[in-house]
Parts: sequence; C-alpha cells; structure tokens
Amino acid sequence: MTEEMIIAGFGGQGVLSMGKIIAYSGIMDNKEVAWFPSYGPEMRGGTANVTVIVSDERISSPVLHQYDSAIILNQQSLDKFEKDVKPGGTLLYDPHGIVHPPSRKDINIYRVLGTKTAVEMENPKVFNMIVLGSFLKIKPILSLENVKKGLEKSLPVRYHKLIPLNLTAMEKGQEIVEAMQTV
Amino acid sequence: MGELRLMKGNEVLAEAAIRCGCDGYFGYPITPQSEVMETLMERQPWNETGMVVLQAESEVAAINMVYGAAGTGKKVMTSSSSPGVSLMLEGISYIAGAELPCLIVNVQRGGPGLGTIQPSQADYFQAVKGGGHGDYKLIVLAPSSVQEMNDFVDLAFELAFKYRNPAMILTDGALGQMMEKVELSDYKKRWTENEIAEKWGSWATTGKPSSRNRNIITSLELDSCKMEMNNRRFQEKYRQMEVEEQRYEMFSCDDAEYILIAFGTSARVCQKATEIARNKGIAVGLLRPITLFPFPAKIIGELAPKVKGFLTVEMNAGQMVEDVKQAVYEAGCTRRVEFYGRMGGIIPSPGEVVEAIERNFL
Amino acid sequence: MMEIKDILKPENLVYGKSKVLTDTIMHYCPGCTHGVIHKILAELIEEMGIQEKAVGVAPVGCAVFAYNYIDVDWQEAAHGRAPALATGIVRLNPDKFVFTYQGDGDLASIGAGEIIHACNRGENILVIFINNGIYGMTGGQMAPTTLENMVTSTTPFGRDVEMNGYPLKMTDLVAQLPGTSYVTRQSAQTPAAVRKCKRALKKGIQNVLDKKGTSFIEVVSTCNSGWKMTPVQANKWMEDHMFPYYPLGDMKDCEKEKPVEKN
Repeated sequence: MTEEMIIAGFGGQGVLSMGKIIAYSGIMDNKEVAWFPSYGPEMRGGTANVTVIVSDERISSPVLHQYDSAIILNQQSLDKFEKDVKPGGTLLYDPHGIVHPPSRKDINIYRVLGTKTAVEMENPKVFNMIVLGSFLKIKPILSLENVKKGLEKSLPVRYHKLIPLNLTAMEKGQEIVEAMQTV
Repeated sequence: MGELRLMKGNEVLAEAAIRCGCDGYFGYPITPQSEVMETLMERQPWNETGMVVLQAESEVAAINMVYGAAGTGKKVMTSSSSPGVSLMLEGISYIAGAELPCLIVNVQRGGPGLGTIQPSQADYFQAVKGGGHGDYKLIVLAPSSVQEMNDFVDLAFELAFKYRNPAMILTDGALGQMMEKVELSDYKKRWTENEIAEKWGSWATTGKPSSRNRNIITSLELDSCKMEMNNRRFQEKYRQMEVEEQRYEMFSCDDAEYILIAFGTSARVCQKATEIARNKGIAVGLLRPITLFPFPAKIIGELAPKVKGFLTVEMNAGQMVEDVKQAVYEAGCTRRVEFYGRMGGIIPSPGEVVEAIERNFL
Repeated sequence: MMEIKDILKPENLVYGKSKVLTDTIMHYCPGCTHGVIHKILAELIEEMGIQEKAVGVAPVGCAVFAYNYIDVDWQEAAHGRAPALATGIVRLNPDKFVFTYQGDGDLASIGAGEIIHACNRGENILVIFINNGIYGMTGGQMAPTTLENMVTSTTPFGRDVEMNGYPLKMTDLVAQLPGTSYVTRQSAQTPAAVRKCKRALKKGIQNVLDKKGTSFIEVVSTCNSGWKMTPVQANKWMEDHMFPYYPLGDMKDCEKEKPVEKN
C-alpha cells in the first residue's frame, strides 16, 4: 500500500497539523511516512499545503506532482491541485467558499460540510479533524485506534485533554461525508 | 532499536547534535534552517549534557565562535543556509588552514544573492571546491533522508576529528523542512579534556601546562617554503580522504543501461524516476553520492564501461556533472554524461527526469 | 676591569625578564609600546600564576605574532574576529583565562560588530585594545581612530571628517554596555604610565578570574613608523594630540556588582 496525498487550504485551517496526524498515525501502524510542507511566507496566513505519503515500502520521492488523493479546503487550492489528482484518484473538498466546484469526470469526488459542522459544534478548531474523519471514511488507510495514538504522539501532553473532542469530530466527519461522483 | 519519532530534518540535526555529545552550537537565524537553533534552545541541552548553545550576532561571528571553541578541542558546530554560509566562508578557510575539526551544516536555498527560501543544490561548487580562499577541502556529506540527517551528524564529527578538518553536511530546505520517521541515536557522553588529548593528541589550546610547549592555533606562516609544506600536508590529507572515505549508495545498477547520478533531495526524486522508468521497460539505475568530497569517482569509473550513459540530476545549473565527467574521463571512458536540472528553488519531478532520460538516450 | 662573565653572575641580577616571555626577538619597531605591553602582560600571567589557564587570541595587525612572544596557548584570529573566537573558547571553557589583544583597525573597524556584541553579552574575557590611530602593519593607512586632520597614507591631506567621519571612541562606547565590568584608558610611554597600565591590566585579569564580565583596557599608543616621527617626537605628539581626544583614566569600574550569570 502506498498513499500519496496533498492537503491544501488556507494557513490556520490546520492543514499542516492534519498532515502531521496522518503521518504520526502511519508510524503507529508501522508504515513509512513522509510529510513535506510548503514553507515560508505562505505559512503566515496565505495558502498552505502539505504532501503526505504513507507506504508499506521505503518512500522514494517526497516531492510529488501527482496524487492518489487531494484534500482541498479553499478555491485557490482547488484551482491549483484538481488537475494533479491521478485518474481514478480521490478528491475531498469542503464547499465553504468554493465558487467553482471540481469538474473532472475521471476522479472520485467527495464533499464534507466541515466548516459548517465545526461552527455547529461551536469549535472551529476541530474543523481539520472533521475533514480527516471524512477522508478516513472514504480511504480507510489508517485505523482510528492508530489515529488516536498518533494524536497522543503529535500533541503536547498539555493538549491531551482535547483528544476525546477531536475523536468526536472525526466521527462526525465520517457521518457527514457525501459522495458527489464515483468512477 | 532507538527511539522512533516523526521529526523535521532541521529538528533532527539539533537532536542528533545533543545525543552525539556535541559541546557547542553557535548560529544565526536564517530560513529554511532556523528550526535547528530553535529546537536546541527549546531543548536546553546545557541542563542535560552541558552542551552550550549561543545565538551569535551574525554568521561571521558564529563561525568564528566555532573556530575558537574548536581550537580548544571541543565538538562544535554551526548551521546556516546559503547566504549565511557565504558569509562564513572566511572563517571556514581559516578553520581549514588551522586544521580544526568542526561541523558546518548548509540547508541550501536557491540563489544567487538573496534568491529564494525554497530548496536548492546550487552551493555544490562552494562546498566541494573550497569556497573560501586558498587550497582547502571540506569533508562534505549529503544526506537524502531525515534519518541520514540524524546519522551524518555523528559521522561528520568522526571524520572531522579523524582528519582534523572541517566537515560539512550539505542538505537543502526540502530535507530540512520535511518530516519523516527517524530512529534517534543513543546518547554518547561528551568528551572530557583528557579524553580529547588522549584520543586526538594535545594540539588544543586549553592552557599550557609546564609539561608541554605552548599550542598555537593559526593558519599564518609567512615563510613561503614552510607554507608550501603546510599545503603539501593538507593535500596529502585530502588524497587520503579520497582513498578511504568515498561513500555512495546504488539502486538497481546491476543490469542498468543508463545510470542516474544525484545526491540529497534530487536522489530521492531519481529513485522514483528509476521505478517509473523500470515500469516502462527502460533499464535505469541510480548512483547516489553520499560523500561529495571525497567524490565517489572510483565507482563511477567502474560503472562507466558497463553502461550506455549517465544522466546527472541536480537542483542547479549543472555542477556535480563536472565531477562525473571527470570521473568518466579518468576511467578512460567515452560514455555520454548528460545533465538535467532545475533552479531557483524548484525540485524536478520524477516524470521530468524520466523524460530527460528518454530525450537524451532513447 | 671586570670581565663580562663576572658581571653575569646571579648575585648581580637586578632585573630579569618574565619566564612567560619567550626568547624570540620581537619584530616591533624601536619606540613601539607593543613590547612593553607584552612584557607587563607576561609578568602578570607569571605573578598571578595563570599560565596554565591562559588562552590568548591574537589579531591581524602588528600584534599578529603575539603568540611568538608570550608563552601561553594562543589562537590566531581572522581580522577583527578575536572577540568571537574568545567567546567560543570561554563559553566552552568557562574556567580559562581568555584574552584578546587587538589594534584599532582590528577592533574598531573590521571587528566593531564582534567587540560590541561580545561586550554586550558580557563575555568573561579581557580585551586589550592598542590604539595608535593608524594601521601600522599595512603601512600607515587611516584607522577609525585616526584624529581629525591627521596625515596617513590614505589621508595624505589629513583626515577630512566630512569625508571619513569622526575618530571613533570605542572605549566610551563599550563603557555604556551593561556587560562590561571594568573599562579604562591607559598609556605606556613613561615608567609611571607603564606601572599604572600594569595595575589596570591586573585588575582586568582579576575581574576575569572572578567572572565579572568583560574587562576592556585601551592603551593609547604611538606608531612612530606610521606617524613618520622619532619615538620621542611620537610620544610628545601623542600627549599633545591623542590624550585630549582620548583622555586617560577609568571609565567604569563595577567591581562591587555581582558576577554576570550565563547559561
């Protein structure tokens, strides 16, 4: 198994930390992982993206130009990365702020009302965990048990009390993800 | 098995320094390597191992603090990124001339000038050909994974002390910023003053006991005849490194008709390109130099008669390719050596590399 | 008539050079005070019993070969970088006596950054700053400390402050920094001045041994070769022109303050 994915959105949406949780969970699952972020000024409020690879084998290139999956959280990222999803691959997006939805016919497209749900849960910070829950529902590359361990590893101990809330958010994400197109 | 962690390359450099018994780090912030000093300051190793960490007022000061501390026989290091390393070159030349062991890490970014903060390999010439003034060489190690960012810190110090010569880890912003699974090394004790003298001889300036003559750390020798002798000694040392320290890794080279040659991040890209090319039925292999100086010329000479051509892939305008050509020429071969590269902070994609193989050779 | 071998008897010895001074013949010009300052420094290292813990840092300039004359461990720095070397040495070897010996071109021009920051951090070192208002080693060019209208090889019509700025008072500058403990300006052109200078150096060394932070001792000096004067004329010129702009005396003495803490 090798899953090559891109997560892209605005800085502050938890893009990099979502990638980090996936990578840490991968380690808990005895997998090889790579997490390669865009870095620099865009970290500070502009667009942010991270490439994450989870594999059973030694990972060659951490830098990719085509992805098995894309998690897209704003319009700029959709415009930039929709074309880079491999044919037959998967695109998950949050429609909040999306004016031109994805239009490719040769990929699987899923939608999650993550922003809306996070607001309903009165905690915008769990947004990325809702989206992660949705992603793992459609691409069960990691077990929830290992994600929990990954959270424990990637979060400083002082935030461990927030882990149950994050897991609830993930479960919510699994419930609300909608298939828009499957190929 | 050591502790498994998910860490950035830059963070691992810091952790590896603490664990290998490094005595001191002097640095100055610059993107994309600032996490090295940030991690050290967060870790406060002075409480744990006694390692000193200091933010200098400039890269110029930082490398000279390294000079001073290294002159007392301690394991010391600095890290910076391309423009900062340019500033350090004066000090590096003095350190090489005074024959002091130390570690310099260059987490390269695109240049020239202020350039970009994105990854690059455009400081290859600067690292392996000297960079500063005078005939000197650094031992240059090129990690291509976060794990090697850990492993090469200890290796660099070992080689630096073996040869009393500065060593450099030449890496780039991608490896510095990337997180991978890493097995951290076990802790090593810092050397005591006596252990240093016992292990490496008593050349260090730690205060002159009555039992020995005073030690002088200097690169100055106004007598040209003596200065030439010094240079001859340096050159002998560099030749010895060439005989004993050439390191590399090979992938699928046994039956390869075409061989990619790349280091660091480019080597990772080329590994993927090798897989793609093999799936297309093209017999491609990859040779990854680990030491850039001494350059693994010997293995290239051995491979040359067996293959149809080499493609060197770099994140620059074509620098290491000159050393590859030299190695093939010295082996008495006429194999084609081609180059593919991207500049300015762009990492080539595996697909581009495969296209370059097809364009050049098929 | 006494034979020379009779004169050289130990009981006739009234003065000897310090054992910490080597037998190497100094390259300094006749009339230069480098030799005198080396001598009193060597005497103090011997008298205070700190040869085994002393590490000196030599500059680029006339004192580049200081390591040939004083019998302690030495490091030779790049031009201006002595305070950075000293920082590296002392941070990793906090119990050593670390000192730099720098001229005005080295300390006040190319190394201005390094000295300011070392003093500001309060590095536990002794800085000996020889100020003769000129680049001696390279043949008498303008230094940052060259006086207004003073003739040098790069100011052949005198230093024009409109063009070159004003003579830089480094000692006044570093006295403002909290990291320094003892800051003084001395000279070494008369026996009395030498004795006073030696007392200042001794205090500076003691401060370092007591870990009080940076001690900074400027010695206003001559360069009769560079100034194109006889040694006697140079001393007179220094007293008439250098001393009014660079007045002698202690600028700061925080002996009673508590030691500077470091990580």
